[in-house]
Amino acid sequence: MPGKGLLIVRQRSLIAITAALAAGALTLTACGSRDDDSGSDSGGGTTVVIGVDAPLTGDLSALGLGIKNSADLAVKTANKDKVVDGITFKIEALDDQAQPSAGQQNATSFVANKDVLGVVGPLNSSVAESMQKVFDDAKLVEVSPANTGPALSQGADWQTNKVRTYKSYFRTATTDAIQGPFAAQYVFNDAKKKNVFVIDDKKTYGAGLAGTFTDEFKKLGGKVVGTEHIDPDTKDFSAVATKVKNSGADAVYYGGEYPQAGPLAKQIKDAGAKITFAGGDAIYSPEYIKLAGSGSKGDISTSVGAPIEELASAKEFIANYEAEGYKEAYEAYGGYAYDSVWAIIEAVKKVVEDNDGELPSDARAKVTEAVQNVSFDGVTGKVSFDEYGDTTNKQLTVYSVENGVWTPVKSGTYTG
Amino acid sequence: MNELPQQLVNGLLLGSMYGLVAIGYTMVYGIVQLINFAHGEIFMTGGFGALTVYLYVLPNGTSMWVALPLMLLGAIIVATTVAVGAERFAYRPLRGAPRLAPLITAIGLSLALQQAVWAWYPDAKESINFPQIDGGPFEVGNVTVQTGDIFLLIAAPISMAVLAYFVLKTRTGRGMQATAQDPDTAKLMGVNTDRIIVIAFALGAAFAAIGAVAYGLKYGQVQFRMGFILGLKAFTAAVLGGIGNIYGAMLGGLVLGVAEALSTAYISDIPGMEQFGSQSWANVWAFVLLILVLLFRPQGLLGERVADRA
Repeated sequence: MPGKGLLIVRQRSLIAITAALAAGALTLTACGSRDDDSGSDSGGGTTVVIGVDAPLTGDLSALGLGIKNSADLAVKTANKDKVVDGITFKIEALDDQAQPSAGQQNATSFVANKDVLGVVGPLNSSVAESMQKVFDDAKLVEVSPANTGPALSQGADWQTNKVRTYKSYFRTATTDAIQGPFAAQYVFNDAKKKNVFVIDDKKTYGAGLAGTFTDEFKKLGGKVVGTEHIDPDTKDFSAVATKVKNSGADAVYYGGEYPQAGPLAKQIKDAGAKITFAGGDAIYSPEYIKLAGSGSKGDISTSVGAPIEELASAKEFIANYEAEGYKEAYEAYGGYAYDSVWAIIEAVKKVVEDNDGELPSDARAKVTEAVQNVSFDGVTGKVSFDEYGDTTNKQLTVYSVENGVWTPVKSGTYTG
Repeated sequence: MNELPQQLVNGLLLGSMYGLVAIGYTMVYGIVQLINFAHGEIFMTGGFGALTVYLYVLPNGTSMWVALPLMLLGAIIVATTVAVGAERFAYRPLRGAPRLAPLITAIGLSLALQQAVWAWYPDAKESINFPQIDGGPFEVGNVTVQTGDIFLLIAAPISMAVLAYFVLKTRTGRGMQATAQDPDTAKLMGVNTDRIIVIAFALGAAFAAIGAVAYGLKYGQVQFRMGFILGLKAFTAAVLGGIGNIYGAMLGGLVLGVAEALSTAYISDIPGMEQFGSQSWANVWAFVLLILVLLFRPQGLLGERVADRA
C-alpha cells in the first residue's frame, strides 16, 4: 500500500462523521445573543422600558444598529424634554441576529420584564412572525420600523380577505403590497425595462416583495423571462449569473437584502449581462453599493417614505443624531425607529394623563389601545395607524445609484 | 444548451475552492481521526490575514502583482499560526480523550474564532471589500472567466501537485503516511508523531489560506462568517471524495461544485421539477448526490485506495 495509498482511515468512522455533520449544522442556530443595555440615566420617578429588537450583529447589523441608536435618541429626547411627567424612559436592546428563533426568545424576555411597556422592532418580517403571538398574548404593544410583509398585519389571505390577526402589532413602514407594484411601475414606465428576471431569497420579505412586483409587472405588459431563488447562506451566485445572462433580461428584480444583493449584482454584471439591478428597501443601503462595486451605477431601489434628508420634519432628528455622536449611521430605518418609539411614548403619555399622572395596573393593554389612536408629526411625516395597524403614510421613493450614492429620483405612492 | 460550458467552469471554480479547504479536513482526519470543525474559521482567518497585509502593511496603491504574493504569504502565516496554536492548546491536551471531546472543542473553537474576528478586527462587523486584480474578464469561446478566478485556476492544480509530491516523495510525507496507518508502530519506527500532526494541521491551514485568498479575489469581499458554510461544504467534499484521501478531497470538491452549478442551471428545465431547480435547492441536490455515493460506495469516491487499518 505505501507509495500508492495515501492517508489511511477506518471506515466505520463515517457514522461519527454523519453525526458530527448534523451537530455542525445545529450550531448555525445555536449562537447566543448579546445583551446591550444603553438607556439613559434615571432621573427619579417611574421607569418605563421600551424594548428594541433588531439584528445588532451579523450581516444586517448596519440597519439594526441604526434602529437601536435612533430609538436611544428618541428616549433621550423624551427624558430631556420631560415629555411625560414623572416617567423616565429607558431602552433595552436585544440582538435577534435576523433569526426568528432568537427573535422569539427576545420577545419572551421582554414580556417577562414587567417594566417593558412597548417594543420597537424587529427589522425582518420573518422574525416578526415569530414574535407577534408572544407579544399579543401578553398584550404588549410592538411597533416595527421596518417590516414590510403585508401578511403581518392583514393576515395570510391579505390579497383577497384582509383580517387583522394581532391587535398589538403596528408598523411605521409601508408594506410590500404597495412597494412591489410601485417598483414595477417605475421599472416598466420610467426605466423602460420590458424583460425582467425575478430573483428572491425565499424569506417572508423577499418572496413577498418579488411576488407583488411580478404581478404588477405582468399586468403592465412586461415579460418575466426567468425566476430563481437563491440560497442566502452562500456567496457564489455564478450559476445564477450565467442563467440571467442567457435569458436576455434587461433588468433583474431581487426580493431580498443587501448582503446577498451586492455580490449577486456584481457577479451577474461580471458575467457579462447588461442589466439594471433593482430591489426593495432592504438593498437601499450604502453597503449594497460597496459590495456591488463600480458596476452598481444606475441600479434601482425603492424605500419607504420620502428621503429623510429632504424632509423638513427630519432636520432636527438628523442634527440631534449627529450631535449624539453615534458610531453607526441611522441608515434606512432610523427615522422610522424614532417615530415608532415616539408612538409608544405618546401612548404612555396618554395613558398616564388619563390615570391621574400614574401608570395603571393594566398599563400594557392600555398602552396598546392608545397606540392605535396616536397621531403626531414625526420625523418621517404624519404618524398614525389604520385599522390593521399599518401606517397611514403610504409614501415611497425610488433611488438610483449615481456617483456611488443612492440618489432619490422619484417619490410617490402606488395608486393601483 | 450553449450554457453548459460556462456552467461547468462555474462549478469547477467553486469546486476547486471547496477542494483546497477540504484538504485540511481530510489530512487532519486521516492522521488523528479528528473532524476539525474549526477549519472553516482557519480558512476565514487566512482571508483576514491577506487583507491585513494589503490594508495595514503595504503602502496604499501597491500594484496587485506585487501585493498578491505578499498577501498570500500573510494569509498562510496567519492561518498556520492559528491552526498550530489550536492544535497545541486545544487539541493536544485532549489527544487521549474520547473522540467526542475534541469534536466539541472544535465546534467551540469555530464559534470563538468567528466572534473574536467579529469583535476585534476593525470594521469586521460588516463584509469588508477585498482588493481586486484589474483587467476585464477573459472570453474563451463563449465561456467568460473572471480576472479573480485566474488565481484559482493556477493555484489549485499547483497546490495539489506540490502536496502530492510532498506526501509521496519526501521523508516527512512518508512519515505522515506511516502515522496515518498506525501511529504507535510509526512511533516505534522513530517517527516523531507529534511533529507529524503539527505538520498536518499547518499544511491544511496553508491550503485553506490559499483558498481564502481565492475567495477574496473571486467574490470581492471577506467577512467573519465566510468560513462556516464553506467549511461545511468542504467537509462534505472530503467525505464525498473519501475522507482521509487527499486526491479524494480535491475530486470531491470538484464533483460537489459541478453538482451545485448544474442543478441550479438545469433541474428547473425538467418538466414538473420547476420548483426544485433554483439555487436554494442546489444544496439539497448536492446532499442527495452525497447520500447516493455513500450508499453505493460508503468509502467515498476514491476510498478504494484506502486500506483498513490492520
